[in-house]
Amino acid sequence: MSLLVAKNLSVSFDTPDGVVEAVKNVDFSISPGECLGIVGESGSGKSQTFMAAMGLLPKNGHATGSVTLNGQEILNLPIAKLNAIRGSSMSMIFQDPLTALTPHLKVGDQMKESLMIHQNIAGRKAQQVCLEWLNKVQMPEAARRLDQYPHELSGGMRQRVMIAMAMLNNPKLLIADEPTTALDVTVQAEILDLIADLQKNEGTAVALITHDMGVVARMCDRIEVMRYGGYVESGTADEIFYSPKHDYTKKLLDAMPRLDTAPEERNRPIGEKLLSVDDVKVHFPISMSKALFAKKVPLKAVDGVSFDISSGETLGVVGESGCGKSTLARAVLQLIPPTAGSVAWMGRDLVTASKNELLKNRKDLQIVFQDPLASLDPRMTISDSIAEPLKTFRPELSRRERRKHVEEMMERVGLDQNMINRYPHELSGGQNQRVGVARAMINKPKLIICDEAVSALDVSIQAQIVALLKELQDEFGMSMIFISHDLSVVRDVSDRIMVLYLGRVVELASSDAIYKGARHPYTKSLISAVPIPDPNIEKTRQRLKIPGELPSPMNPRAALRFMPSKLKAEELSYVPDLQEIEPGHWVAEHDPLEDILAQSPMAV
Amino acid sequence: MGLVKDPQRVEAIAENIADARAVKGRSLWQDAMGRFFHNKAAVGSLIILVSILIFTIVGPFFAVWSNEEIDWSRMADVAELGRPSIENGHFFGLDELGRDLYSRTIQGTLTSLMVGVVGALVAVVIGTLYGAVSGFIGGWVDNAMMRTVDILISIPYMFVLILLMVMFERSLLMLFVGIGLLSWLDMSRIVRGQTLSLKHKEFIEAARAAGVGWFVIVVRHIMPNLMGVVVVYATLLVPGMIMAESFISFLGLGVQEPNTSLGALISDGAGTILYDQVWQLGIPLAFFLTIVISLFFIGDGLRDALDPKDR
Repeated sequence: MSLLVAKNLSVSFDTPDGVVEAVKNVDFSISPGECLGIVGESGSGKSQTFMAAMGLLPKNGHATGSVTLNGQEILNLPIAKLNAIRGSSMSMIFQDPLTALTPHLKVGDQMKESLMIHQNIAGRKAQQVCLEWLNKVQMPEAARRLDQYPHELSGGMRQRVMIAMAMLNNPKLLIADEPTTALDVTVQAEILDLIADLQKNEGTAVALITHDMGVVARMCDRIEVMRYGGYVESGTADEIFYSPKHDYTKKLLDAMPRLDTAPEERNRPIGEKLLSVDDVKVHFPISMSKALFAKKVPLKAVDGVSFDISSGETLGVVGESGCGKSTLARAVLQLIPPTAGSVAWMGRDLVTASKNELLKNRKDLQIVFQDPLASLDPRMTISDSIAEPLKTFRPELSRRERRKHVEEMMERVGLDQNMINRYPHELSGGQNQRVGVARAMINKPKLIICDEAVSALDVSIQAQIVALLKELQDEFGMSMIFISHDLSVVRDVSDRIMVLYLGRVVELASSDAIYKGARHPYTKSLISAVPIPDPNIEKTRQRLKIPGELPSPMNPRAALRFMPSKLKAEELSYVPDLQEIEPGHWVAEHDPLEDILAQSPMAV
Repeated sequence: MGLVKDPQRVEAIAENIADARAVKGRSLWQDAMGRFFHNKAAVGSLIILVSILIFTIVGPFFAVWSNEEIDWSRMADVAELGRPSIENGHFFGLDELGRDLYSRTIQGTLTSLMVGVVGALVAVVIGTLYGAVSGFIGGWVDNAMMRTVDILISIPYMFVLILLMVMFERSLLMLFVGIGLLSWLDMSRIVRGQTLSLKHKEFIEAARAAGVGWFVIVVRHIMPNLMGVVVVYATLLVPGMIMAESFISFLGLGVQEPNTSLGALISDGAGTILYDQVWQLGIPLAFFLTIVISLFFIGDGLRDALDPKDR
């Protein structure tokens, strides 16, 4: 007996450009206690399927067909009847845990609201139920959290609150719409474990909507692969992963970079040292109170990072949010002036360089940003955007020559020439990122920094952009600093990898050495948290969990998370040393793993 | 082969022809023009506004009576003899004092349009530049510039205008100076707010990384992105300015007889409506409303045109 059955479900939207069919005649079913994965890229209609089932379509959306929950038809029910089902028999967790919680309501009050509506429980009893659930979702210091506002919690904790809220009324079905996409890998691993536990212990069926094949491999019993509003393939996890039939499924699996396989060898000449960063620090003064002359405390976004890079080399920079990887990129480019340290570019210090000298060097130092749309001026055609660096650095070019350069570069990055007059909003994310790459490459720079350049893109597009960057590197021989939170992608492109934790380097080594022989506990936990798109490996893998969530850089104790001995001795100003344990393999000083695992999460 | 003397020229022409066949590069302005002229309401309003402008220029040549002449023969019974009529040359009738309303309306429309456009222009130019620079530089410069604006805003502007009018000679020029002095304040605040949110966008950072200087960034990236707000606010400002002027005229401190403005004419006309002389109010009011409404539509059209994202 299936819990949720959808038959011939179609969803369409009326738009000014005509009717758009988001979901086309889809059939699926979920049995009690089962985890169904719905995989697809953005725009494939995977979310809309469940939005329709929950009755959450916007006004211009129409759903046809049938969706039954326990045999009862729920599609297009009047809202009053739907409200009795929503939140009690089935509930939903959304991608962005901050926007899904009401900012001005305390965590406890939000949770109680749902209890009041569905079970008519209020007051102290409700408080108790909420607390119980917060404990069940392993919320640290649960009792205190009830009186906190959403903004006081970290992203991972907010997602825990969301899950607790969704589970309050013991729903039969939990719909998780990209529940971990906005979270860091280690937090993602914990949230996924939590959902898996709930599925096992409470017998809740889970519909997991995601674009990440790794997450699916880890969580799901059965999988539906979705594309252009229809299912192209469905089957058990093993069938999908080990004997995919549809081309699209194969393409998706191929596009996913895997952490456990080495990338193809590329023979690139690696030349002399190009950039050398020495003990760079970026501190932002933060006022602790609202007073006019409040004392300012430095937020140490980057706190003494040194590395160098040779011509033609790719350095990967990984770390979780707030570790200072983007700030480091901007400090290297002098977009944010470093507080201390030096950035030597071909032997010349950029920090002390005059404005004119810096400007000259900008020609060789370029950056590709994370959000392809936001990094392009919405009022400039893409050819104008690509031409902008040319205008600055080669003003002697005539309009015609400039256009020629732009056209050549557009062709090189795979953009059609008749798109020169398009505006960024008229292009897809992948195309826009190609524009970003073209703009960075137009002056043939010696170094390109890719700041999460592929993170906002779909897997298959991501693979294309990564391939493009590699090709360009082979052709023009530029160096790259590849910043990403996604370790699989970083491994795919990098020669060496630097792992950052709260503004400091914890490990720096060649790509292979990091993945095969990581020494630092933080690196190990990061690697073990990355899901691998292979159900068998994924289900047997051991995970290394470091107690506590990623702490704030404002917390002085957090920096010593891997040295509990110093914490105990209250030597809070101690700076762990970076030691070269093998030629080219640097590891930050840390206590033995057992000591770190033994500390309680409250200590940090 | 005497036809072609300069092989280089031929080559250039050939390239030009080849260029014309490929997709032509368009600028934002060309695009905006194209989109603006697709908007029927905006184009219609523009045509109306331009015809009013042409009317104020060409109209006087058809006038039988000047704006200062008093028609003594009809003055005694304006309600009866002063009605609009084509035969006696008073196309729009007479005003309360027996002057030709046709000439008076033309004169008033011209004054009002000038006051509105000059006020809005000053607001746009000074306000946008001031606000954008203040917002973009930030820090103490921003603080100093904006506090100055705050102080200026806190002074009641009518009071300043009246003082100006009393202290100096009452003249059109003084009115422009007074309105111009004050009109840019609100604009600069709006623009600063927009700039603040714009300057942290990634595309500004991308421009900085591309080595573009700060002033060029303000002009090339910030200003075009502000255009939508600025244009809409400016088109709202024009009627605002016209109305401010009519209020001052109503107090007897604005334009001085024999000069007049739409505001003054409307206020005169409102006074005589009880004596069955509706045209004295109706005609200037019709001109005023037509101008204001056309400006609203043009502003709307411009905003849509300047935003490449079609809505």
